[in-house]
Parts: sequence; C-alpha cells; structure tokens
Amino acid sequence: MLHLTTGRVGCLLSKQAVVALTGSGARMSSHGHHEVSDSVDMSQPMYWDRLDTPLPDRPWKDVLDSTDKSLKQKEKGPWTALSKEEKIALYRLKFNHTYPEMKRPSHEWKTVIGGMFIFFGITGLVVFWQGHYVYPPQPPTFDEEWQAKQLQRMLDMRTNPIEGLSSQWDYKNKQWK
Amino acid sequence: MFRPVVRLSTSGVRSLTRTRPCYSAPLASRCYSHAKVETDEEFDARWVTYFSKPDIDAWELKKGMNTLIGYDLVPEPKILDSALRACRRLNDLASAIRILEAVKDKSGPHKDIYPYLIQELQPTLIELGISTPEDLGMDIL
Repeated sequence: MLHLTTGRVGCLLSKQAVVALTGSGARMSSHGHHEVSDSVDMSQPMYWDRLDTPLPDRPWKDVLDSTDKSLKQKEKGPWTALSKEEKIALYRLKFNHTYPEMKRPSHEWKTVIGGMFIFFGITGLVVFWQGHYVYPPQPPTFDEEWQAKQLQRMLDMRTNPIEGLSSQWDYKNKQWK
Repeated sequence: MFRPVVRLSTSGVRSLTRTRPCYSAPLASRCYSHAKVETDEEFDARWVTYFSKPDIDAWELKKGMNTLIGYDLVPEPKILDSALRACRRLNDLASAIRILEAVKDKSGPHKDIYPYLIQELQPTLIELGISTPEDLGMDIL
C-alpha cells in the first residue's frame, strides 16, 4: 500500500492543497478508512478540488447513507423532478468545494506582510543595539571641531580650485560663493 | 526531410558555403512541421463525437472533460451540449453542474462568454432539467 504522510505531501504541495487532499478529504469524507494516521493512500483513486481538473477520480462522499442512496436513485429519473435543495445535495455528495469556494481569497497576504514588517522591526532593534553596544568609539575625525579644521586646511591648500571645493569658496570675503 | 540532405552531398563542397542554415531544397525552404493542422470544425466534431458515445462510461467522461478543460480554449456550446447529455446518460447531475462551473472559470476575464454559452445551452438545460450554478445560488461564496 502506498502511503504518503502529510509532511512529505506538504513539501511538495502548498498547504492549501494538502488540506484539500488530506485533512478534510481523507479523514472527513467517510471514505471507510480504518487508519488513524494522517497519511493519504496513494494507491486508491483520489479526490481533489482543482480549477483545471473539474472531475476528480472519485466522488467526495463515497460512503452513502440511506437518504443519500435514495437521492441517488431519484437522480436516475428525470432531473426536472428534483428540487433545488436536492440538486445542491447531489452536487455536495460528489464535490467538496464549488468553484467560487476554491477561488476564495485567503488572508495569507496579511501574514506575509505582517511577518515581513516584524522581521524588519527586529532587524532595526538589532542594528540599534549593535550601534550602541558593539561599535567601537567614533574616531576623533568625526568631531565638529576636527571637521571644521579639516575643511579650513583643504581650503588653505586650494583643493580642487577649478571646478571643485575651493572654486566654491570666496577667499576675499571668507564665505561660500 | 532527408531529400535536401542528399542534394547537398551530391552538389559538392561549394554549395555548403552558400546554403542557409536550413538546406535550400526546392521543396521546403522553411523548417515548419508538415503535420496537418486540425480546423476548428474538425476539433469540435471530434469532441462532440467523443461525448456522444451512447455507452460512454464515467471514466471516459472524466477523462474527456479534464482533457478538454486543459486546452487553451473555451469549448463550443455543441461540445458542452454533448457532454451534458453524456452526464444525463450516466445519471450524474453533479458533474453536469461542475462542467458549467468549469467553463465559466475557463472564460477567465472575458465575462461575456459564459452568458453566451448558457444562452446557447438553454434548450438543453431546460430539457434535461439541469440547473445552472447561478440558479442554485452556488456562484457566490
């Protein structure tokens, strides 16, 4: 007997597909499974809800009770005799989700964006803590006074006098042009 | 396909420098497939015939529908009519409704295709007593 555990199925397919194939499928569809495990028996025809494959290998509900059976009998007659509720019941016997239910939007994007921002936040905290506790003291060359003296020295030696720094300094009036 | 190769070898080395990557045989100067292209009418007829089989079984219906939905097209009403009648022969109303849902989904953003299909299939739907998903309130969540 071929068995596929939920875990292994999970790495191959998305979580939603796994739920569709295993969770509500194998366990709750009264398939007559006598096993307690979560594994899907891959040697049996499977049920699936797929937009691109409308008719799966087996119906959703395999094991029918007497009301279902009598409904199936009625299905053999003219369908004009069936009420709307009976038609819906027949559909639900054969299929789990309708197409709109298959296509329903999930709230997964909120989890994704939220998780992203949480990680940005944690990273921000780590960076801040790091700046405070890990970085060595700032070199003296960053001090205001040092920077001012550095700039004065650069102007005194006429750094980039044609197009660059010194060209912007008005030496006569001791200010920027 | 082998004829151009034979011509190349007999005409000598000189012609090698002059030939294009696809051998310049007088018959086929382009490397297109020579398979016959099926027309739309032939495609439709083939599928109508497939679903019209009187003793079609459930597997064949499933296989046919799943294959048809796999194609990059929305099936013509006549194919769907044939498929719905096959569902009737198999006493399978649920699959009939599923087929209607599937073709609505196949239409994608083109919202005018499905109403057209329903309009064309209306006589069949009434005759067989198939309710559309909209009638049953199954087109909304």
